[in-house]
Amino acid sequence: MSTDTTMIEATNLDKYYGKFQALKNINLSVDQGERVVICGPSGSGKSTLIRCINGLENHNAGKLVVDGIEVFEGSKDIRRLRQEVGMVFQQFNLFPHLSVLENLTIGPIRVRKKSKTEAEANARKYLERVHIPEQADKFPSQLSGGQQQRVAIARSLCMETRIMLFDEPTSALDPEMINEVLEVMVDLAESGGMTMVCVTHEMGFARRVADTMVFMDEGEIIESSPPEHFFTNPETERCQAFLKQILVH
Amino acid sequence: MRIYNKKIHWLDIVLLLALAAAFAFIWYRIDGALNYKWRWEIIPNYIVRWNPDKQAWVANLLLQGVITTIRVSIYASILALILGVILGIARCSKNLAIRMLARTYLEVLRNIPPVVVIFIFYFFLSEQLVTAFNIEDWARAIARQEDNQAWEFFFGDMRRFPQLVSGVVVLALFESAFVGEIVRAGIQSIGKGQHEAAQSIGMTKIDQMRFIVLPQALKKVVPPMANQFIAIIKDSSIISLISVQELTFKTVELVASTRAIFEAWITTALFYFAICFTLSMLFRKLENNNVPHP
Repeated sequence: MSTDTTMIEATNLDKYYGKFQALKNINLSVDQGERVVICGPSGSGKSTLIRCINGLENHNAGKLVVDGIEVFEGSKDIRRLRQEVGMVFQQFNLFPHLSVLENLTIGPIRVRKKSKTEAEANARKYLERVHIPEQADKFPSQLSGGQQQRVAIARSLCMETRIMLFDEPTSALDPEMINEVLEVMVDLAESGGMTMVCVTHEMGFARRVADTMVFMDEGEIIESSPPEHFFTNPETERCQAFLKQILVH
Repeated sequence: MRIYNKKIHWLDIVLLLALAAAFAFIWYRIDGALNYKWRWEIIPNYIVRWNPDKQAWVANLLLQGVITTIRVSIYASILALILGVILGIARCSKNLAIRMLARTYLEVLRNIPPVVVIFIFYFFLSEQLVTAFNIEDWARAIARQEDNQAWEFFFGDMRRFPQLVSGVVVLALFESAFVGEIVRAGIQSIGKGQHEAAQSIGMTKIDQMRFIVLPQALKKVVPPMANQFIAIIKDSSIISLISVQELTFKTVELVASTRAIFEAWITTALFYFAICFTLSMLFRKLENNNVPHP
């Protein structure tokens, strides 16, 4: 049900790639400040869903409203929407020709029209927050994967968006770097206020920060419940099987 | 990795001897059979000559030609780069009409010999443009001025300015098709992730292109672009056909007046080679010094 505090409202969302249906009748409501973790086997449509939310993919049917702006193909408001929705990618997607500091300030300067000094001060603040203030003048290729992903998170933070989307932020990282990124994400989640939607397989992280767990399979939302319920008492068999698979190790 | 021989093998010697014999034969034919009289001694005078009035060494035919060739090549390169970037962006446009226009322009220029393009352009368009913009009178007025050194430095003899403009424009138009393809390849080599990252921070399409895609794309295509600039220098010899007084044109003049066919053309070949080879070495050095971040 839509209320004043609903940030993301998806109603009967369908998405096709040719004949293949990637999303089937998705209904999802995310409140302001809510932290949602989406999990599920690969190819289940998790990334597609999260990419629909900031219009990187367009849904074919149903209705999607994000921060009061309706998202649809060719919408004139899509840029206004994206300014309010940050996105962190699996492959970081930092701008390799720009220094770390320039990566962080290009959005605020070019999109938000901030002054360079203000944007830089802000960028340094957020670099501090992701624990790499000393890397400001390096280039992305000089950083480790974990550091790059933290720069990517800082880049989104610099836009001071109300919603943050994480698309498998730790999947491309070497195992020893996963924790440094998760720590930053936990810190963000616990500081509150920001609406977060995170696609991840990190169940420890999910347990710590999620308000709602969403389980997807074959393009459908199979289960959606608070983590305490989700982890101890999953209702569907598919979800039980999935959890058993990834929690067994 | 391949292993290259560093020592001379007996086969190499045979090969070199055969080559030397071939050259000797050609030399013999020219020198003996054609009864050609070599007059290398006249050539230096046509590069620089002593001007007794000014009491100074001044550029003669060949060096004047070299200077014009360099001028034309620089201006044509700049113009071709600008046009080529626009063309490259247009080729990657989402809009079908823009893509088709760019494609048509490219295919037309790529599939017509440069000489034909140059004649068509010169006789149909250039004349009209020069008349329409009154370039001829304007240039003549400058040519008559006393202190026109700055103009002459950049454009040479101002009375020849209309030809220079035509030459530069037509050369740039022709080369822009190739530059455009290089730029397009560069743009398309930039991954989808870069576009998405730029989109997701709310950048406009133009800003994405300007700050994210183009800077990376142009950096990637520096080597083929450098080759294209060298090609422009070589191709510039074609515009001698529309009386731009560059190196090839001047050589034709020189040959007509002195009949020193072989000496003049060999000298001209050496000039072209020296310019292009130096540039190519320079670009290679720049590339090696400027190893991009992986």
